Amino acid sequence: MSEQAMTFVRSELAPERRAPVRSTGFIGFLRTRLFNTPLNALLTVLGAALLVALIVPAVRFLLIDAVWSGSDRDACLAQTAGHPAGACWPFVQAKITQFIYGFYPEPERWRVNLTFLLAGLLLLPLLIPRLPAKTFNAALFFVAFPFVAFFLLYGGGIEGFAVGWVTHFVSTFILGIGDAGARLAELGLSSPSWFGSLLKLIGDGIVWFSTGLLYVSFPLFWLRDEIVASGQPLWADFAATAVIVSVALFLLGGGLRNGWRALLISLATFVGIGLVILAMGLNRGGLPVVDTRLWGGLLVTLVVSVTGIVASMPVGIALALGRRSTIPLIRLFSIGFIEFWRGVPLITVLFFATYMLPLFLPGNFTVDGLVRVLIGIALFAGAYNAEVIRGGLQAIARGQEEAAHALGLSYWKTTRLIVLPQALRHVIPGLVNSFIALFKDTSLVSIVALFDLLGILRAAFADPAWSSPTTLFTGFAFTGLIYFVGCFAMSRYSLFVERRLNAHRRH
Amino acid sequence: MSGNLAGSPIVTVAGLNKWYGDFHVLRDIDLDVGRGERIVICGPSGSGKSTLIRCINALEEFQEGKIVVDGIELGPNLRRVHEVRREVGMVFQNFNLFPHLTVLENCTLAPIWVRHIPQKEAEASAMKYLERVRIPDKAKNYPGQLSGGQQQRVAIARALTMNPKVMLFDEPTSALDPEMVKEVLDTMVDLAREGMTMLVVTHEMGFAREVADRVVFMDAGQIIEANTPANFFANPQHARTKLFLSQILR
Repeated sequence: MSEQAMTFVRSELAPERRAPVRSTGFIGFLRTRLFNTPLNALLTVLGAALLVALIVPAVRFLLIDAVWSGSDRDACLAQTAGHPAGACWPFVQAKITQFIYGFYPEPERWRVNLTFLLAGLLLLPLLIPRLPAKTFNAALFFVAFPFVAFFLLYGGGIEGFAVGWVTHFVSTFILGIGDAGARLAELGLSSPSWFGSLLKLIGDGIVWFSTGLLYVSFPLFWLRDEIVASGQPLWADFAATAVIVSVALFLLGGGLRNGWRALLISLATFVGIGLVILAMGLNRGGLPVVDTRLWGGLLVTLVVSVTGIVASMPVGIALALGRRSTIPLIRLFSIGFIEFWRGVPLITVLFFATYMLPLFLPGNFTVDGLVRVLIGIALFAGAYNAEVIRGGLQAIARGQEEAAHALGLSYWKTTRLIVLPQALRHVIPGLVNSFIALFKDTSLVSIVALFDLLGILRAAFADPAWSSPTTLFTGFAFTGLIYFVGCFAMSRYSLFVERRLNAHRRH
Repeated sequence: MSGNLAGSPIVTVAGLNKWYGDFHVLRDIDLDVGRGERIVICGPSGSGKSTLIRCINALEEFQEGKIVVDGIELGPNLRRVHEVRREVGMVFQNFNLFPHLTVLENCTLAPIWVRHIPQKEAEASAMKYLERVRIPDKAKNYPGQLSGGQQQRVAIARALTMNPKVMLFDEPTSALDPEMVKEVLDTMVDLAREGMTMLVVTHEMGFAREVADRVVFMDAGQIIEANTPANFFANPQHARTKLFLSQILR
């Protein structure tokens, strides 16, 4: 090689030139993407033909040939319409209230509307990142709203408050232990061997233990009796709870030095709770009870899916952390829990919760059917989420935790501030995937006699007044649209969140 | 082996032994670090030098011996680990900045959540340290938007915000492009001039010569030789040290 080629110094800068062919704009798009090779041109034509073959009949059925008004099946017959009948929209119009409320009694339906409105008002600002007061908003939606929604949708009032509930729980628990001990001792007495006397000894020990517990918790019972004797059990209990909780938070928050903020928040919260109790008349028996067996349609679908999605997150996070714990018992429990719930079909879970669980629980202990289903779904979805979240946890480099530890952050603070925020960002697509799956899986509750949107649709098909050749397709098209809107909204929102949270990855 | 500075040592490592399974990684390590002393630890890879300084703030557990940092004793049970970590700052080879937080948030996280300093105050103090490492204009950026050298300087500032009494550096320049080594070393030299107690694991022999009070050479989990930099480089005693120096100094 000559010496000239070894050294090079540019003498003139290269001028800017136009792009070679038109590769921008619509024409450019056609030329570079759709018709750049013969094969691609063929595929483009085939694809277009397929689209036409699908879309034209769909539009014809849903819009052009559709019947828009009428009072019964006659309107949706071809001979009445004068042309091949398409979608039978009067059917949807006639049944729309059922689709939304199920068999919820008509005079009480404003309660459902109000709940939907409240949920929307609380959820929308939570979803818009620009708006302020996210913590307060989240507390209202995730903590306060479920209680309000329960008393709105189900109805009923309260006669006591936390002191009463805790006392009831504690006394049931202690008496249960004592009872078990007494039975064990009895059993020991009836069998004469050394084994019998051992049982007797253990049984007596348990009885003594429970008696001891009763004495230890005496102040609680005394307080409860005083509250009941006051003649205003709800408000006396409410005041007692407010004082106890506020003082406890004040002391935990740092006492005279830093505790004032905690005290203020606690008192404000209790004032809020008191106002809600007054506004909803919970102290006077509340709204008339609407049994969950009457709930149905979109209401059930939304209650089940929103509760499932919201409740499955903490379950999933706890299980994912538990599965990586260094404490063997916690790890084993988490693994067992996850594998069990993932190994069982959702239908089995729902069946078990609805028909088997009542057989195992003591007779005086009943849980509403819908609540049992909700718990089942939350645990089921939680097990799935746990594995998704664990995937995210594994993507976090060991150095992140080490750096946080080296700065003096504890395990919990490291997890909360460093590990989880990063891990959850990594797994947004996977989480939304399971949320969407869960939203659609709620239709499985129809096999345990809960009428969700799909269940109520099938019930509506049975109405002879609307049996026409196209009723079935219309109904499924309509509910399909509702599901699609829900799922598509979740999908788009998750993409938005992903883009926003991953701002730090863009350079 | 004791520090050549007067006063009681701020870090004492006594009879430290550590095993990974059956592998004896640290053997009978004794080391006193005086207040304000700068120690450079060098040695071939796998000699246990990183493991040693990671033991000092309890990122690694050990089986025998004790470590005392500013009067806080750390035995094999690591009970007082949080107290020790508050006094010891650490800079890692791979920076380990938190990628989801801005530079400023990286620097205020520990003061706010560990020392419970109000946010405004923590931010003001963090800005002071960012100015000290000459990078205040990047406070609102995310770590991913910075160069390696800039990230490492932020990591130094982040450790300093906790007002540590001792700073540990675990090969702080090994993951950097050659162009960026200098800016990080300059920052470390500044820190040394201000009197910070430093334990630095590094292959930068220039830094050792210029800044260190003592150079400690390790091999096979043991301290082979420790000396002032002048003596260490001019007149190594042990055969292993001579071999090591002949290979890295050309």
